[in-house]
Amino acid sequence: MTAAQVQPTSIYLPSLAEIVRTEQLTKMEKLFEIKLQNGQELGHQPGQFVEVSLFGIGEAPISVSSSPTKKGSFELAVRAVGNVTQALHTLNRGATLGIRGPFGKGFPIEEMKGKDILFVAGGIGLMPLRSLINYVLDNRSHFGRVFVLFGAKTPAEQLFLDELAKWRQSKDMEYWETVDRSDGQWKGNVGVITTLFPKITVDPQKTIAVIVGPPIMYRFAILEAQVKGIPDDQIIVSLERRMKCGVGKCGHCQINHIYVCQEGPVFSYAKIKDLKEAI
Amino acid sequence: MTFRTIEKKNFPPFIEKLMPAMEVVGVREKVEGKYEFALLESPSQLCLDYDVTLLSPKKYFLPPQETLLKFRTGKTVSCEAVLASKPLAIIGVHPYDLKAMAQLDRIFADANSDEHYRKQRQDTVIIGSDIKKSSPYAFCKSMNSTTVQEGFDLFLTDIGEGYVVAVGTQKGQDLLAQWATSRAATKEEVAKRSEIQEKIPYLFSLNTLTTPYDELPRLLTDHAASKLFDELAEKCFSCGSCNLVCPTCYCFDVQDEMALNLSEGERFRLWDGCLLEGFAQVATGENFREDRSERIRHRIFRKGKYIYEKYGEHGCVGCGRCASACLPDIANPVEIFNRLKEGK
Repeated sequence: MTAAQVQPTSIYLPSLAEIVRTEQLTKMEKLFEIKLQNGQELGHQPGQFVEVSLFGIGEAPISVSSSPTKKGSFELAVRAVGNVTQALHTLNRGATLGIRGPFGKGFPIEEMKGKDILFVAGGIGLMPLRSLINYVLDNRSHFGRVFVLFGAKTPAEQLFLDELAKWRQSKDMEYWETVDRSDGQWKGNVGVITTLFPKITVDPQKTIAVIVGPPIMYRFAILEAQVKGIPDDQIIVSLERRMKCGVGKCGHCQINHIYVCQEGPVFSYAKIKDLKEAI
Repeated sequence: MTFRTIEKKNFPPFIEKLMPAMEVVGVREKVEGKYEFALLESPSQLCLDYDVTLLSPKKYFLPPQETLLKFRTGKTVSCEAVLASKPLAIIGVHPYDLKAMAQLDRIFADANSDEHYRKQRQDTVIIGSDIKKSSPYAFCKSMNSTTVQEGFDLFLTDIGEGYVVAVGTQKGQDLLAQWATSRAATKEEVAKRSEIQEKIPYLFSLNTLTTPYDELPRLLTDHAASKLFDELAEKCFSCGSCNLVCPTCYCFDVQDEMALNLSEGERFRLWDGCLLEGFAQVATGENFREDRSERIRHRIFRKGKYIYEKYGEHGCVGCGRCASACLPDIANPVEIFNRLKEGK
């Protein structure tokens, strides 16, 4: 038996990266600004994800939360729910971790140019959507009207507070927000995210709806977009699945015949509406 | 294809000569009537008139547990890939397993090439052999896997006084030239080989699908909502045995383990199975195939539709291992496909 040989050709070998900044977003969510140690750009598209490695703990698929227009580093916003993400939350500036990717298909930016964009973000669905919202804002002249509907369970669960404050004032977008339950201090809308749809008027043929949220939200938010007259192939979603390997091998992320890590996580509703298990 | 002949008396010496040069694996009788691919310590252990082995040779290229990376933690974090392989010969692989291996070869080379699988595969020489008897559950005739024209380096047909050896690759030809005493097969010997192979499908006459091979995807599409999946789910243990023994199942989990010194460790992959309850579950607790019936349907659709639509051949090769491994006896693809066809 020959000795184990070390070669840099494994698709499972992460690049080393360093946390250069962290920010506690809420009780459960923390932002990590990350730089690859080789100095290269991640080179992602909005909507793509990476596999984050904590050696000795494991890997977890995390959406990139920053726009590729932001150079030099990228950001991951992470909720502490599993082994890897809980361990990640204990890390701070200077810590080393592993990154593989970017993986998957991001949002169809080219098809979206010249169109009105309706963003619908539920809870931490804002994390992946933020990569596209900031991309659109950084390339504002390429897009038509921009609507952002954001729903959180409670005011305390709102993310990216500085950015939300800017969006509320921004002339570049029409920003609407709601919370499922008020905390007594909240002066804005109260109700689930679908209660925001009647407040806006869209030109359905010209509009692309981009909806990201918890699994339960899709059925209702997609229905609202359809009620607005937006065609199914102009409704874009990003689906959460267990993307263990990221390279179309391990099998955990399959929806019927589709490997979400390869053909998704971003899909048009037209493509997945007939798949059992998708929504 | 070229054909050579190895006289029976020259066959054990051929294996004996291989042994110092590489690991030689062959079919051995594990307990009475149960066979396995295992390391040969002597040529006499090789059994070429077996029905089916407990596991397919997949275990050599995608081991039940395989180290992918080694890493160090602490002040200076580092990681490196582990790509281990060794020269290996596997003797006695049946056509259905050759088809399964060819399918895995495609899948692991596809798009993102998996060098962990491919390195050992490239370091391996495959010597196939004809099916001489069928296992009670096998339905190879229906899955077009009783004979093959490719997917082997060498392929043995027992014609009595010797083996006719079909030479499938240059690697096979070189192996034969270097280690075996062989001669060109005569016309009569090649004709005898064909005659023997033509009879193999009849071994499977009693266990056949009522739906033609190419019409299985349509059958499944039409019966996606069949109550049969619910009925099977009532009995299924979600144990994943059907996945475990399948020669074309390749899904895996990945885990990290620290060494006792807590400063270094390994990342390895383990066989996983889509019938296991947590297979599609994400960290938030959401399980995208929570119901057993959904998991059973997913497996059957993988074997009879999804793989076919992507690669032009089915993810089931008809070996029947799943049926014999299933404790509540509900995994048999023949029964499931035929019952769907009957609409009950």
